[in-house]
Amino acid sequence: MTLHIDDVTLTYPDGEQRLTALDHVSLTAEPGTLTAIVGPSGSGKSSLLAVAATLITPDSGRVLLNGRDLAQLSRTETAKARREGIGIVFQTSNLLASLTALDQLLVIAHIAGRDIDAARIQAMDLLGAVGLVPQADKRPSQLSGGQRQRVTIARGLMNQPSLLLVDEPTSALDRHRGEAVLDLLRELTTDRNLTTVMVTHDHEHLATADAVIELTDGRIATLADGDAVEPGVVAIASTR
Amino acid sequence: MFVAIRDLRHAKGRFALMGAVVTLITMLVVLLSGLTAGLARGNTSAITDLPADHLVFSAPAEGQKLAFTESSITPSVQQEWASVDGVVSADPVRIAMTRASGSGSGSGSGSGRSAAVAVFAVPAGSALAPRVGTDRVVLSSKAAASLEVAAGDQIELTGQLVTVEAVSGDDEFSHAPVIWAATENAPSSGLTPGNATVIALTTTGGADLAAADQALGTRTLTVAESLSGIGSYTSENGSLQLMRVLLFAISALVIGAFFTVWTVQRSGEIAILKAVGASTGYLLKDALGQALALLAIGTALGTAAASAIGAAIRAFAGTAVPFVLALPTLLFPSAVMILLGLVGAAVSLRTVTSVDPLTALGSAR
Repeated sequence: MTLHIDDVTLTYPDGEQRLTALDHVSLTAEPGTLTAIVGPSGSGKSSLLAVAATLITPDSGRVLLNGRDLAQLSRTETAKARREGIGIVFQTSNLLASLTALDQLLVIAHIAGRDIDAARIQAMDLLGAVGLVPQADKRPSQLSGGQRQRVTIARGLMNQPSLLLVDEPTSALDRHRGEAVLDLLRELTTDRNLTTVMVTHDHEHLATADAVIELTDGRIATLADGDAVEPGVVAIASTR
Repeated sequence: MFVAIRDLRHAKGRFALMGAVVTLITMLVVLLSGLTAGLARGNTSAITDLPADHLVFSAPAEGQKLAFTESSITPSVQQEWASVDGVVSADPVRIAMTRASGSGSGSGSGSGRSAAVAVFAVPAGSALAPRVGTDRVVLSSKAAASLEVAAGDQIELTGQLVTVEAVSGDDEFSHAPVIWAATENAPSSGLTPGNATVIALTTTGGADLAAADQALGTRTLTVAESLSGIGSYTSENGSLQLMRVLLFAISALVIGAFFTVWTVQRSGEIAILKAVGASTGYLLKDALGQALALLAIGTALGTAAASAIGAAIRAFAGTAVPFVLALPTLLFPSAVMILLGLVGAAVSLRTVTSVDPLTALGSAR
């Protein structure tokens, strides 16, 4: 499904004033593509991800997923949208401490009200896809940083999403493991025709992306090839 | 319960500690309930076991509370009550506290031991105690044990020698074992001869008791209501019930505090679950289910332990310790513990509902 973020503005309260996190941002991400969002700390890239994930409602603008405006949904409806069509890959530490790698995936099926026995087969397939079948019964504390991140990726795919949102997937990994995770994301995006949007702080990983968007002070500033882009312009740049 | 069960397995130490607290409080509450019921029985069983549905007292003077010790009903009022429409039977009972002693004479082997007893005196042939007659009494088992007498022995009651016709039941009144006697053998205990303390009524649904009270200057209460007229029962039961209520309150607070801290600690995980689409209802069910599982296990263990202790008390101490081991004294406090524990745990649910899934994206703000 195509993600179309259209002229989105998001502000936060900051004392007596309001801080603009996103300033008339627009972008389009197509199925089968990996879009990277880069920018310095506080540039608004995680806010953009949160808006796309329906975790926060923008002040104005539209968030269209296959034509449906997610910004207009109620809290219950956004939870349902996340349950059914959006996969989120958090930073490494965001696994549930009491759950094994397999359970981290099964809980997604349980939340969706699916049959757990049937979901177990899918979960094992996904763990196989990220190379973690031998670690299926391990808890987060028994996994390495790279393994934990691969579990979060598999978990993000458990609800068979059309949109995969990835938050700093390599932030806690060394270079080698970080590259392996990015390669995996690239492969899954292509194989499963996912619309993948990834926030990253590391410019060295941008070669993996089909499109790169750089945010500065809540505005789309430049494309990967260095061309300046005016705020409000749909920004897609191919690096391939 | 998917996450809840795995949390219980994973954080065994924390939940075992909390479960132990629930177990100990439940044990304490159940034991106290058994003791309360036992003491209550020692105070009231002679009244609650009466084959009657209402008791008639003389109306107390203004400003005074109704009490067995103050009630005095004249023979004429007794007769009037017997003829009230809807009254099937009206049996006068004269209640007096006194001392009795085994006489050491007669056909049996009276011991000469003396004990405080409650005499329930009825006219000979009364349906309340059919085997009682002039100079023939029926002893409760505890009275017989205290006086060390058996059927056929003689005892001395208010200066008269009477024969123990039978030993039957375990009735007590105000913690004294009961002797059923004929009115002629009863101590006066300040009552005018012929007067009764109360009238035990058996009624049909159509009896207009209020109108009869109004006309005859009496006060009629159900048997259960009449227990408030036993001074020792009211004060003793009030203290024990207060202790029970405080224990229930403490358990609710402890459980509430535990689950509040636990929920705050795992608010990050709650945010993740919300972010991946878990509804608030799903999370509340999970949290309450976890509390219910902990409470059910802790309460079951506490009830089982209290039952074992109660059984041991009955086996080794017999009637010396007033303890009632019955389903109501076991199940009611256990059910209240679970209910109040859930109320305590519900305090933590505010944290569940207020967690913002956005916090799962640590860098979002």
